[in-house]
Amino acid sequence: MRIGIITFPGSLDDVDAARAVRLAGGEPVALWHAEHDLQDVDAVVLPGGFSYGDYLRAGAIAARAPLMQDVVERARQGLPVLGICNGFQVLCEAGLLPGALTRNSHLHFRNRDQVLGVERADTAWTSSYATGQRIVIPVKNGEGRFVASDGDLDRIEGEGRVVVRYLDGNPNGSSRDIAGVTSENGRVVGLMPHPEHAVEDLTGPSTDGLGFFTSVLKAVVNA
Amino acid sequence: MTSATEGLSELDTGPGRLSARLDTVELAGTTPDDEQPYAELGLKDDEYARIKDILGRRPTTAELAMYSVMWSEHCSYKSSKVHLRQFGDLPHSDALLVGIGENAGVVDVGDGYAVTFKVESHNHPSYVEPYQGAATGVGGIVRDILTMGARPIAVMDSLRFGPADAPDTARVLPGVVAGVGGYGNCLGLPNIGGELLFDECYAGNPLVNALCVGVMRHEDVRLAKAEGVGNKVILFGARTGGDGIGGVSVLASETFDAEGPAKRPSVQVGDPFMEKLLIEACLEIFGQDLVTGIQDLGGAGLSCATSELASAGTGGMHVDLDTVPLRDSTLTPAEILMSESQERMCAIVEPGKVDQFLAVCRKWDVLATVIGEVTEGDRLTVDWHGERIIDVPPRTVAHEGPVYERPMARPADLDRLQADDAGKLPRPTTGAELQAHWLAVISSPDGADKTWVTEQYDRYVRGNTVLAQPEDAGVVRIDEDSHRGIALALDGNARYARLDPYTGTQLNLAEAYRNVAVSGATPLAVTNCLNFGSPEEPEVMWQFAEAVRGLADGCRELGLPVTGGNVSLYNQTGDVPINPTPVIGVLGVHEDVRRRIPGGWRADGETVLLLGETREEFGGSAWASVVHGHLGGRPPTVDLAAERRLGELLAALGRDGLVSSAHDVADGGLAQTLTESALRYGVGARLRLDGDPFAALFSESAARAVVTTNDPGAVTTAAQEAGVAVTELGTTGGDGPDAALVVQDLLELRLDELRAAWTATLPALFGTPEATVGRVPAGAVPTS
Repeated sequence: MRIGIITFPGSLDDVDAARAVRLAGGEPVALWHAEHDLQDVDAVVLPGGFSYGDYLRAGAIAARAPLMQDVVERARQGLPVLGICNGFQVLCEAGLLPGALTRNSHLHFRNRDQVLGVERADTAWTSSYATGQRIVIPVKNGEGRFVASDGDLDRIEGEGRVVVRYLDGNPNGSSRDIAGVTSENGRVVGLMPHPEHAVEDLTGPSTDGLGFFTSVLKAVVNA
Repeated sequence: MTSATEGLSELDTGPGRLSARLDTVELAGTTPDDEQPYAELGLKDDEYARIKDILGRRPTTAELAMYSVMWSEHCSYKSSKVHLRQFGDLPHSDALLVGIGENAGVVDVGDGYAVTFKVESHNHPSYVEPYQGAATGVGGIVRDILTMGARPIAVMDSLRFGPADAPDTARVLPGVVAGVGGYGNCLGLPNIGGELLFDECYAGNPLVNALCVGVMRHEDVRLAKAEGVGNKVILFGARTGGDGIGGVSVLASETFDAEGPAKRPSVQVGDPFMEKLLIEACLEIFGQDLVTGIQDLGGAGLSCATSELASAGTGGMHVDLDTVPLRDSTLTPAEILMSESQERMCAIVEPGKVDQFLAVCRKWDVLATVIGEVTEGDRLTVDWHGERIIDVPPRTVAHEGPVYERPMARPADLDRLQADDAGKLPRPTTGAELQAHWLAVISSPDGADKTWVTEQYDRYVRGNTVLAQPEDAGVVRIDEDSHRGIALALDGNARYARLDPYTGTQLNLAEAYRNVAVSGATPLAVTNCLNFGSPEEPEVMWQFAEAVRGLADGCRELGLPVTGGNVSLYNQTGDVPINPTPVIGVLGVHEDVRRRIPGGWRADGETVLLLGETREEFGGSAWASVVHGHLGGRPPTVDLAAERRLGELLAALGRDGLVSSAHDVADGGLAQTLTESALRYGVGARLRLDGDPFAALFSESAARAVVTTNDPGAVTTAAQEAGVAVTELGTTGGDGPDAALVVQDLLELRLDELRAAWTATLPALFGTPEATVGRVPAGAVPTS
C-alpha cells in the first residue's frame, strides 16, 4: 500500500509521517511539491511544519503548489488525503475542507499532550477507532484555532463532519473545540493534533495516533 | 558614542576626514595620514597601530571594518585565549574526532556515528531585541553544526533573567522564549531541555545561551577551509542586508552604557524558513559531495567567512564584492563585509561541480552566487567596482589578532562572602516550618514548573525525542534500527561560581555529568559557554581564569575532552558584572535508548533510594537564597571521583533494568527532587528521613540521585560494590486526589497542593495563556 507524503519547502514532520506509515504497515512514498507526479500512491498525507514559513497565511502558498492541483482533483474523486497541522491549513486553503486556521487565541505556540474525542469512526482515516473513543496525541501549533462562520459551524456539525474534538481543555481557542474535520465523502480529513507523534511508546505520549494510518490502509483495500 | 554604522557612512560618503572617493588600497597608500574612526569601531590605539604595521600602510575603510570585527573580543577571544589553551592541553581522547578550533567539535558515539554539539551565547542582542536576538542565537548555532556536515537534530536553551517580578524581565523573557521557540520550531528541531533561572545580577544583562546538536557518519565530517587554486567561492542563502552591522564589535564586545543610544540596528533579523531551506540544501550538497570546504556566516559575516576559509587553506582568495546579492543596494563595501544578515553560508566548490551545486540550490529556492575563487599566494583580495579595496594576509585577520594577558585580581569581597556561612542562618525546625520552606523553594521562580516556557517549544518533531524537559537530560535516538542515541544536559549554577569560581565551575560540570548519567547514558564529552563581566576588570578576569582552570582540571579528572565552547564577556551594566556563569554542557551516549531511565515516578510500591552522601552544605543553596535572600559561605564540596562512581552505577542500573526512575539532587536539594519526581505522573510516597530533616531536605551536596526500584536488594548491592552510599527513603504509593508526599512524623504534602504551588508561579508572573474554550468572540469570524 503506497502512501504519499508531500514535502513542501518548510515541511517538518514529513519524516515522522513516513515513519508512522511504515509502522502501520504501509509503504511511504516521498512526493515533491513542485512536480505533477502523484506516483500512483493510494493515499496522500500533507505533513506538519511551516511550509513557506507560514508567510502570507499558514498553508496559503503551499495550497497553490503544482502537486496540489493533482491532489485536489484526485481527492474530489475519492483519494484519501490527510492533512496534519500545516497540512490541515493547506487543505483549508485549497478549498478541500471548510473553515480556516488562525492564530491561537492566547497568541502562543503551544505543545502539549492533548486528549481528543473521536466523533467519526467511519472516515478513511479513522475507522480503526470507535466512536466516542478518547485518545491522547500531541498538539503543537501557533495558528491552530479553527474558525468558521456560525452558519458554517452549524452546517459542519449538522453534517457530522467533526472528526475529533478537544477534550479536557481547548489548546488554542478553536470554535466549538473542533480539532479535526472531514470532507462530505469522508475521504479527506484535516486535524491540528499530530497522530504521527504518537506511534511509538518510546517517543510519544501514547501509540494512539497509529490508528489514523492503519485506518487508511484498510480504506484503500476496501475501496 | 557613535554607532559603527554611522562611523562608516561618514567615511565612505561624508565630506569630512576622508575624501568622498572610494577608499582603495591604492588611495590608502597615498594618503597615509588620513584620520580613521577606529575607536568608534571598537579598536584600541595599539591595535590600530598593529594593523598599519601588518599592512605597511593605513588600512582602507573596508580593511579597517574587517579587522575591527575580526579583532573584536567576540571573534578573536583576545582576553580569553591565554586561558582557554588549557582545554587543548587535556589528554588525548579517542572519542574526539575534531577538536577545538573548528566551528564545533566532533565526537565519536559509536557504530560509525559522529555527533557535533556546541552552545553559544546571544546575550546582548537578546537584551536589545528579545525576540530576534534569541531567534538568531538559535539560527547561528544551528549553522555552526550544519557547517560540520551534520544534520542538526535538537536544540536546548539556557536562559537567565533579572528578578522574575521586575518589569524589564516581563519585557525580555516572553520575547526571548518566543524567539527561541519561533526559530527552532520553524526549523523542525525539537527543543529537548535547558535551564531558566533568575537573579538580580542579570537585570540589564539577560543570558541567552543556545545549544545545537547534530549527527553524521564519520566520513561526512566537513571542515572550513579554502583549498585548490581555481576553486570557486559560492555565497548562498539569504541576501545581504544592513542588519547586524558591527554586532560582534559593538554589541557583544562592549559594556552596555546606561545612557547610551539604542542599539537595535545592530541586532540581526532571522528568517527560519530560509534556514530550513539552507539545511536541506546543504545536506543534499554534502550527500552529493559537492564542496571542498564550507563555512557559515555568523558574527562578522563575510569578513569572518572569507578570512577564516582562506587562512585555513593555502591563504589565497579573491572576491568580487559587486557580485554579492544585496537586500539594500545602498550598502557600502565595508557594510557588506560587516553585515551579519542571517541564513547565509559560504562554500568552496570545484569548478566542475558548480553547476550541480547551483542546481541543488535552485531546487530548494536558495539563492547561490559565485563571488570569487581560491587563488595562488597567501593574500585575501576584494574588489569593488573594479578597484581593489582589500589586500591582506588572511591569517592576520582571522587568527593573529591581539592576545591579552589581562591583569587579574581576586575579588576584594570574596573573603567576606565566603566567611558569611549559610550554615549559620536560622533553620526551620518544626514540620510546619519545613513544609513552608519546602513550598517556598519549589514555588520560587527558579524551582517552579517551567511548562509556561517549554510548551512553547516543539519537543516532538523528527520523532526521535526519547526524553525532553522536564527530564534531567534530553535523550534523542539517532538510529531507529540499533536504538543508539545520545543524551545532553546543560547546567550553570552561578551562585556557586560567585562564591568560588573554580569549585563552582566543577560543580556545574558535575551536575551536567550527573544529569546525563541519571538518564542511563555514559558521558563522553564537554562543551561550555562562559558568561562573564568585562575582561577589563581584573576581578572578572580572575573569576574567568579560575573557572577555566576548574573546568580543565575537572575534565582531566573525569577523562572527558572539551570539544569547543564559547566565551561571552562584557556581561555587565555600568561597573556591576553578572555573577560568573559558566554554563557547562555534557554529551553522553546510549547504546540502547530503550534502556533510558526517566525521572518521574509511575508506579506504587517501589522503593525510593537516595544514592550518595548528604553533608551539611547550604552555601549558595536555593534554600538560603529563597528563604533568606542570602548568598555566602562555600559552595558544596566537589568530589568528581564520587560523581564518576555514581555515573557508572546509574549506567549499570539502567542497562540491567534495575531502576524505574532516577532523578539527580541539585539546587533545591532533596525537596526539589522529590517534588519533581512525584508530580511528573502524580504518584506520591511515604518517606522517612533519618538524622536532621532540614539537612536531608535542603542540603545541596553533590554526587547524589534518587532512584526508585522494585529490587532494592539488588540496587543496594550494586551501589555498595560501586562504593556509593545508599539510604532507603521509603516507598512510592498513592495516586488520585489523596496522593501525597508524606514524611513520617514530620509533614504531609498533598500532591494537588504541591502541584498548585509548583505550577502557579510562572503563569502568575507572565500571564496564563489559556484558550477561550469553544466560543469565538463576535466579529472575529470571517464570513464565508
